[in-house]
Amino acid sequence: MRATAAICKRELIAYFSTPLAYVFIVIFLALTGAVTFYFGGFFDRGQADLQVFFSFHPWLYLFLIPAVGMRLWAEERKTGTIELLMTLPVSTTHAVLGKFLASWIFAAIALALTFPIWITVNYLGAPDNGVIVAGYIASLLMAGAFLSIGCFVSALTRNQVIAFVIAAAVCFVFMMSGLELVLAAFKGWAPEFVVDLIASLSFLTHFEGIIRGVVDIRDVIYLVSAMVIFLFANRLVIDLKRGD
Amino acid sequence: MSEMLRIRELTKRFGALTAVDNVSLAVDRGEVLGFLGPNGAGKSTTMKMVTGFLPPTSGTAEVCGFDVTRDSIEVKRRVGYLPEGAPLYEDMTPLSFLGFVSEVRGIAASERAGAIERAAGLINIGEVMHQPIGTLSKGYKRRVGLAQAIIHDPQMLILDEPTDGLDPNQKHEVRGLISKMAEDKAIVISTHLLEEVEAVCTRATIISRGRIVTDGTPEALLARSRYRNAVNVRTAVAQVDAVTAALEGIEAVDRVETASRGGETAHLVAVPANGAVILPLVGETLRAGGLGVEEISAERGRLDEVFRTLTVGE
Repeated sequence: MRATAAICKRELIAYFSTPLAYVFIVIFLALTGAVTFYFGGFFDRGQADLQVFFSFHPWLYLFLIPAVGMRLWAEERKTGTIELLMTLPVSTTHAVLGKFLASWIFAAIALALTFPIWITVNYLGAPDNGVIVAGYIASLLMAGAFLSIGCFVSALTRNQVIAFVIAAAVCFVFMMSGLELVLAAFKGWAPEFVVDLIASLSFLTHFEGIIRGVVDIRDVIYLVSAMVIFLFANRLVIDLKRGD
Repeated sequence: MSEMLRIRELTKRFGALTAVDNVSLAVDRGEVLGFLGPNGAGKSTTMKMVTGFLPPTSGTAEVCGFDVTRDSIEVKRRVGYLPEGAPLYEDMTPLSFLGFVSEVRGIAASERAGAIERAAGLINIGEVMHQPIGTLSKGYKRRVGLAQAIIHDPQMLILDEPTDGLDPNQKHEVRGLISKMAEDKAIVISTHLLEEVEAVCTRATIISRGRIVTDGTPEALLARSRYRNAVNVRTAVAQVDAVTAALEGIEAVDRVETASRGGETAHLVAVPANGAVILPLVGETLRAGGLGVEEISAERGRLDEVFRTLTVGE
């Protein structure tokens, strides 16, 4: 646990010691604002809620989150510091958790900085703040699930650009698997239950369930288990591909 | 228990390539083992297995009685390791980097500052503690890597090319430090600098194509040299032929080589048969023949020649 905390702290400081953190936060805040007000018609809807604000998050995460996760392991491989890290008395599980937590905390900081829109909507009307809290939880879980994919893919390569592109593609597939675009590829030949299974894997379906204010424990469990599974895969990859 | 490291039949294969082939050796406290070999001989791979970074294909390595595969965390706690090329987190300063390492190593918060100060003082990096590692010179980076390896005062030190990239003064300093630390630790260093073996190692192991070809004290290695007890003679060019003839006349001399010949003086080497001591004989012969020389000295042997014979001669 101590080692996990030390690694998490180091990674978090590493984010803020490069321009990446500031670029990410500024772009994330600018884009959430822009899409909410222009595409989402925040004012025209005439409703005091953050439904449109949250509904755009998965799309922003799709290309922003892989940028947060891409360096975590790929950079260690590229510079050789993975040898330094993995010969310190820390288990692979703890190292994987430390890095993931750092990236998740970073995403949480970016998300927390969207607080002005919460203040705005409370100033303009009387929203159901419970639903908004649920929205933030859903958004954070979604970011965590995407980040776990990002960590896993980053562990597979020493090239950060490849890590970014593949992570974005994998996230896209998981997000869209409930939609016709992905399901059509299976409907022709796969049995009904397989199509249903793939549809149920969609991040988007589970995410939208929560932002409507219905915190279904199954949706939460789904997103958390996605994180656990990808982090477990991350650990396996690190153990199996040390020297490459 | 004075035996700190024991490697038994350690083997590592990468696909069809056998990088380390059935290596066995033991290192005791107080020893500095020099791991020698050409590039790609398997030195680094062996070190990576001993430090728990790479799993062996077969065989075992034990540090202080802990098996590196089964108790890898216990091994890592007791080992200080400088990986090849001294990889470091370049965005950190030496101070924050050493802080991170000591935190992961479980050094109590109250003792961290002291441990960092001690390591930085020993390695002499005090003046760059606040500069980002990425901006430091190669020599400083290497030293930060060394400081990281000794921060927890480990019982076993494994250093992969610790003096690579250092200038002669820094090399001298690091070697002094290694000798000083050797008293209560077991140290393994890899190098391809043969003078380093003579300077710091109590034992040398030469590895070639993944296999140990010899293991002994530097002195024993020197004894295997063709130039063991050879005698160097510097003399005026004018009498080179006479001196050569006189030296060749000595029964114990196997042959006479002309090492260099330029300007006023020539450098001859009288190589003895079977490493016999010929210096007194050479002296007598030259005096008896009335041949004046500028310099006459005996050699202990040439490590580079032994190294070449053992690693290329197969």
